[in-house]
Amino acid sequence: MKRNALHTYCVLALLLTGCGSATPIPASPRTLTVMTHDSFAVSEEVVAEFQAQHSAIVQFLAAGDAGTLVNQAILNKDVPLADVIFGIDNTLLTRALEADILEAYASPLLAEIPAQFKLDEEQRVTPVDFGDVCLNYDKAYFAEHNLALPESLEDLTAPEYSNLLVVENPASSSPGLAFLLATVGHFGPHGYLDFWVELRANGVKVVEDWETAYFTEFSGSSGKGPYPLVVSYASSPPAEVIFAEEQPEEAPTGSVIAPDTCFRQIEFVGILRATENRDLAEAWIDFMLSPTFQNDMPMQMFVFPVNPRAELPTEFIQHAQLAAQPATVEPDDITAYREEWIESWTNTMLR
Amino acid sequence: MLNSTNKTAYGKVEKLKVNLQPVLWLLPLAFLGVCYFYPLGAILRYSLAEGEHTASALAALSDPYVLRTLWFTIWQAALSTLLTLLVGLPGAYLIGRYRFRGKALLRALTAIPFIMPTVVVAAGFNALLGARGWINLGLMRALQLETPPLLIVNTLWAILLAHVFYNTTIVIRLVGDFWARLDPRMTQAARNLGATPWRTFTHITAPLLSPAVLTAAMLVFIFNFTSFGVILILGGPRFATLEVAIYRQTLNFFNLPLAALLSLLQLFCTLGLTIAYMRLAARVSRPLNACSPQTTQRRLTTLRTRLAAGVIIIVLLALLVAPLGALAARSTFKLEADRGERGIVTTGFTLNYYRELFTNRRQSLFFVTPIETIGVSLRNALLTVVLSLGLGLPTAGMLARRTRLGRWLDPILMLPLGTSAVTLGFGFIIAFNRPPLNLRASPLLLPLAHTLVAFPFVIRSLLPAWTSIRPQLRQAAAVLGSSPSRVWREIDLPLIGRAAIVAAAFAFTISLGEFGATALLSRPEFPTVPVAIFRYLSQPGALNYGQALALSTLLMIFCGGGMLAIESLRFGTVGEI
Repeated sequence: MKRNALHTYCVLALLLTGCGSATPIPASPRTLTVMTHDSFAVSEEVVAEFQAQHSAIVQFLAAGDAGTLVNQAILNKDVPLADVIFGIDNTLLTRALEADILEAYASPLLAEIPAQFKLDEEQRVTPVDFGDVCLNYDKAYFAEHNLALPESLEDLTAPEYSNLLVVENPASSSPGLAFLLATVGHFGPHGYLDFWVELRANGVKVVEDWETAYFTEFSGSSGKGPYPLVVSYASSPPAEVIFAEEQPEEAPTGSVIAPDTCFRQIEFVGILRATENRDLAEAWIDFMLSPTFQNDMPMQMFVFPVNPRAELPTEFIQHAQLAAQPATVEPDDITAYREEWIESWTNTMLR
Repeated sequence: MLNSTNKTAYGKVEKLKVNLQPVLWLLPLAFLGVCYFYPLGAILRYSLAEGEHTASALAALSDPYVLRTLWFTIWQAALSTLLTLLVGLPGAYLIGRYRFRGKALLRALTAIPFIMPTVVVAAGFNALLGARGWINLGLMRALQLETPPLLIVNTLWAILLAHVFYNTTIVIRLVGDFWARLDPRMTQAARNLGATPWRTFTHITAPLLSPAVLTAAMLVFIFNFTSFGVILILGGPRFATLEVAIYRQTLNFFNLPLAALLSLLQLFCTLGLTIAYMRLAARVSRPLNACSPQTTQRRLTTLRTRLAAGVIIIVLLALLVAPLGALAARSTFKLEADRGERGIVTTGFTLNYYRELFTNRRQSLFFVTPIETIGVSLRNALLTVVLSLGLGLPTAGMLARRTRLGRWLDPILMLPLGTSAVTLGFGFIIAFNRPPLNLRASPLLLPLAHTLVAFPFVIRSLLPAWTSIRPQLRQAAAVLGSSPSRVWREIDLPLIGRAAIVAAAFAFTISLGEFGATALLSRPEFPTVPVAIFRYLSQPGALNYGQALALSTLLMIFCGGGMLAIESLRFGTVGEI
C-alpha cells in the first residue's frame, strides 16, 4: 500500500514538473482529521489560528458519545478514521490503551500540567481538560425547606433526604457511571452495593440519561421537575448563569462538594496509530495544551483546563466550585470491573 | 409510425417481461447487497471472529435475563400494536371514506409524531402528563389533592402511549389510503340484500381491507419490536427490549460477540414474522376494482356521522397532537421564574428562544442556524425520497407479479427494518471507511442509511395498490396495442400514484426523524435537525432548553408543511384516478 502511494506521488510529481509550469505550485493545505465525541465544541477563531499557523485544514468527525467514540476507534484500528482522537476519559482510558490504538507522544507542554492528570506513564494519551461530576442542588428548595446540604454520601440515606435525589443509569450515562464510581471509591468494591440498597430504600429515582435527569426531573433546571438533588457537573451552575435569559447575580443551583461525593473525569487526546500526519498531529496536541485552546474550553465545553496557566472565565470563578477531595478509583480497576459493578448495580437497583 | 412500433412491440411484450425480470431485480438487490448485507456481514464477521468469545457469548445468551427480555419485547410490541390499531383504524375510516374541511391538515398533523426525537417527545409528555405536568397540576387544583393523581411516566403505560403516539400515522396512512379506493358498491349491494351493517363489515369490508390492515400491523409491530428510545427514556431504565440490550452490549460494555448474537436473534424473529405475514397476506389479498376517492368519499351530512367524526378527531388530537402542542406552547413561554417568584408554572410570552437560535453567542465552530440545519435535513430527506422511490417502484412492480423469485426475495427486502440500528450503524462505520467504499465523509452516506429504513415502507405502501390492479386491465391494454411504457403510464401509474405519494411521505418523514444512525454518521458541521436539538439538550441552562423546544417546534412546522406539500402533489390524474 505505502509503496503504491509513493509510486503514485512520484508519477504525479513527474507529470507536474514535466508540464514545465514556470510558477511554483503552492503547497495545497494538508488536512488533519480529529475524531471526537458530540459534546466537542471550539471557537471558530481558535481553530482558524491553528490552521493559519500550520497552513493546514482541521476536519472534525463527531462520533456519538465518549464510549461510542472509543469503540469506533477500536473497530477501525487497521484503517484509522482520523489522525487524532480527543475525548477518551479516565473511565474509558484502559479500554483504549489495551486495544493499542494510540502512538506515544510526549508534548513539551506536559511539563506545565499537574501530575494528578497524567495517568499514562507511556504518554500514549495527553490530558486536556477535567470536570467534576457532583451532586447539584436546587438552592431555592433547600432555602425554602431550611434543609442543610448533605455532607457525605452517607447523608443521602438519611430520612431528611428521602425522595429528593435523581441519578442516571451508569450503564448508559457517563455522569451516572462517574457517580457509581464515586460510591465504589468511597465505600470500596464490597461496600458500595449496601449503600445503594439503602439509597433505593430512601427513594432515589433512576433515569436513563443526563438530559432526562437534569431537564425533566431536577427542580433547579428550566424543566422544573420534582427532585431538588441531581447528579450533574460542577460546571452546571455557571452554565445556568451563562445560559440564563437575564443574567442573575447568583446561580439558581449549586454543587455539593463534600469529600468523596464527586468523581473527577479527565479527558485525553491521543495520536491514532499509522497516521500519515504525525507532525501535524503533534502540533495539534501541543496546541490543545496551549493557553489559546485551554482558555477557550470552559465556555465551549463547560470543562476545566488542565493547564494552570489558563484563565477561567468570570462566570466559572464566581459560580463553579471544584471538589477538594473527589473520590478516586484506579483506571485499571475501572476497566477490569466496570462491567461487573454495573451489572451488580443493575441487579440491585432495577431488577 | 406510432402504430407500427406498437404492433412490433406487442409481440415482444411477453418476451420482454421474461427477460427483464432478473435484470430489474438487480437494482434493489445490488442496493441491499452493498448498503445492507455488506456492512452487516462486516460487523458480524468482526464481532464473531474469535471462537472463544463467541462461545462465552452463546452461553450468556441462555441467561434467563435474555429470555425475559425477549418475552417482554414480544408482548409489549403486540399490545402496542393492538392499541395502535384501535386508535388508528377509526381514523383511517374517517380519512379514507369522508371528505371534510381540514382533512389535509389532520393528516399532516397526525404524521408529525413520527419524526419527533424521543427526548423531545419525552419533554412533551412530561409537560403534559408528568408529575408536575399541566394535567396533574390541573387535577390537583380541581380535586384539592396533595399529590399528583396520574403517574404514568416511567411505567408500562408510558411505553404503550408513546408507541401509539408514534405509529398511529402508519395505520392511518396505509389503511386510510386503501380504504379510500374500496368500491362502495359491494357494501351497498350487501346492505340492499338485507345484511346488517355489522355483517356487511365483517363479511365484506373487513376481508377486503385485511391486506392493508395486516401490512400496517406488521410494520407497526416491527417498529415496536425494535423500539429503543421510547423504552429507555419514557419507560425508564427498568424496561429493556432486545434492541436496548444490543445497545448496552455494544456501546456500554463493548461486548460485540454478545451484541452480534442478540442482533441475529432479533433478525430471525423479524424474518419469521415477515414470512408469516407474507403467507397470510398472500391468502387475503385479491385484485379489486380500485375506485377514485371522489366516488367513494362522502361528506359528513348526518348528525350521527358528524358526532362520530368529532369523537375520532378529538381522540386523535388528544393523543397525537396535544403533547406536541404542549411543547410548542412551552417554547414561547418564559421558562425562568422572575426573581422571588417560585410558582410551578411560569408565565410570560417570549420569542427569545427563537431569536437565540440565530445567534452564535460563543463563536462556536459548529454553530448552525436553524435554516442551515433544516437545509441539511431537507437535502437528506429529498435524496431519501428519490432513492427509495427510484428503487421501490420497480421492486414493488416485480413483487406484484408474484413470481417464485419474488416470493423468495420479498421477506429479505424487509430485513433492514428489523435489524438493530446500532449493529448496522457500526457495520456502516467498519465497511464504508476503507476502499473500495470510502464514504465516511460523503454526503450520500446518510441518505443511503435513511433509504435502507425507508425502503421497506415504500414497498409496503406501494404493494397493496399494485396487487389490486387487475391483470386483465394490463392485458387488455397490451392486446389493444399499448406499448409496455404506455401501459405503465396510463394504467399502472395512475393506479399507484396515490400510493406512491404515501410512500414518498413515509420516506420523507423517516429521513427527517431518523436519529440512531444519524448520530453515528453525521458530520458536526452539518447536523440534521434532531442532532442539533440534541446538542442544545446536552448543556444546562434555560436558554439551551428553550432553544431545544423552539427548534423542535420549527421541526414540527416544517414537517407539517412538507407533508401538506407532498399530499397536494398531483401529476395530472395521478393521485386522483
